[in-house]
Amino acid sequence: MHPETVMRRKEIMQGFRDGIPIALGYFAVAFSLGIIAKQAGLSAVIGFVSSFFTRASAGEYGVYTLVAAQAAYAEIVAMCLVVNLRYMLMSAALSQKIAPGTSWLHRVLMASCVTDEIFGISIARQPYCPPAYTYSAALISTLFWASGCAAGIVAGGMLPANIVAALSVALYGMFLAIIMPPARSDRNVLYAVVASFVLSGLCAVAPVVSGWSSGTRTIVLTILISAVAAWLKPIKSVEAHG
Amino acid sequence: MDNRSIIICILLGIITTNLIRVVPMLLIKGQISNRFVRSFLYYVPYVTLAVMTFPSIIQTTLTPLSGTIALIIGIIAAWRRLGLFPVAAICCAIVYLIDSFC
Repeated sequence: MHPETVMRRKEIMQGFRDGIPIALGYFAVAFSLGIIAKQAGLSAVIGFVSSFFTRASAGEYGVYTLVAAQAAYAEIVAMCLVVNLRYMLMSAALSQKIAPGTSWLHRVLMASCVTDEIFGISIARQPYCPPAYTYSAALISTLFWASGCAAGIVAGGMLPANIVAALSVALYGMFLAIIMPPARSDRNVLYAVVASFVLSGLCAVAPVVSGWSSGTRTIVLTILISAVAAWLKPIKSVEAHG
Repeated sequence: MDNRSIIICILLGIITTNLIRVVPMLLIKGQISNRFVRSFLYYVPYVTLAVMTFPSIIQTTLTPLSGTIALIIGIIAAWRRLGLFPVAAICCAIVYLIDSFC
């Protein structure tokens, strides 16, 4: 077999393996999302298609609550822009993890795979993230995400509240598993994470700011804290020719 | 809402969310040389995930106590590099046990 084919096969398997825990967490979260989608009047098929192509927990949550509230189309677009603005930052960050010379089509496809978790595992690849890895992790997790939403629409009302609550923290556990190892090996990341926890906690109870949607707070805090961190503790330029 | 309006809303959500993902990738060609921008993009993922985790994790559970303990144990487990699935499972189990039996 061609060595490149062997490599690609390895990347697909690796992406699949890393994608499975994400997929299970997605199923749980999407299930609780499906309960909201059902209240908005979505059928299981529409919920599956919507979740398969949108792949955004906060974004979909916003869309379904707006649908339930009979909101205008413009509000849907505005809400998606604000709540998902972090994907813009993530996509910009991911662009730096794609090997030079990678085709235009691969760049676009990898960008459309961006979710918090797929982005998290993709940027963890060194030195560059292979497209096949991102695709296989995104495919398996998206299938579970869409199925979870459809299952929630069909069977959501049947689960007791304590099980739904327990399932809903799976996502946050995954976030912690993504941010803590780099924080352990890079002190500056640790400072940024601690600052994020503290400021995010304060903003949730502070006057005025606490009235913003959590999506807006996420964007404002992300830009602010990352900019201050980049200004105070810039990364060492590895390749100084630029 | 009738079915047609729901489908239009869903399509708008799909188009907007994916454009947000793809546009930066099309605008940024090659490696960024500016040190500040590179540093900024380096910190973005960790900061945004941290901001989304706290305080939401203690607000989604039935009691703040279960979310707080899941957060602390989750941080310890993640610090020890237990991996995505084990950390998520530990957090779920803690919340289930505390919310059900405390």
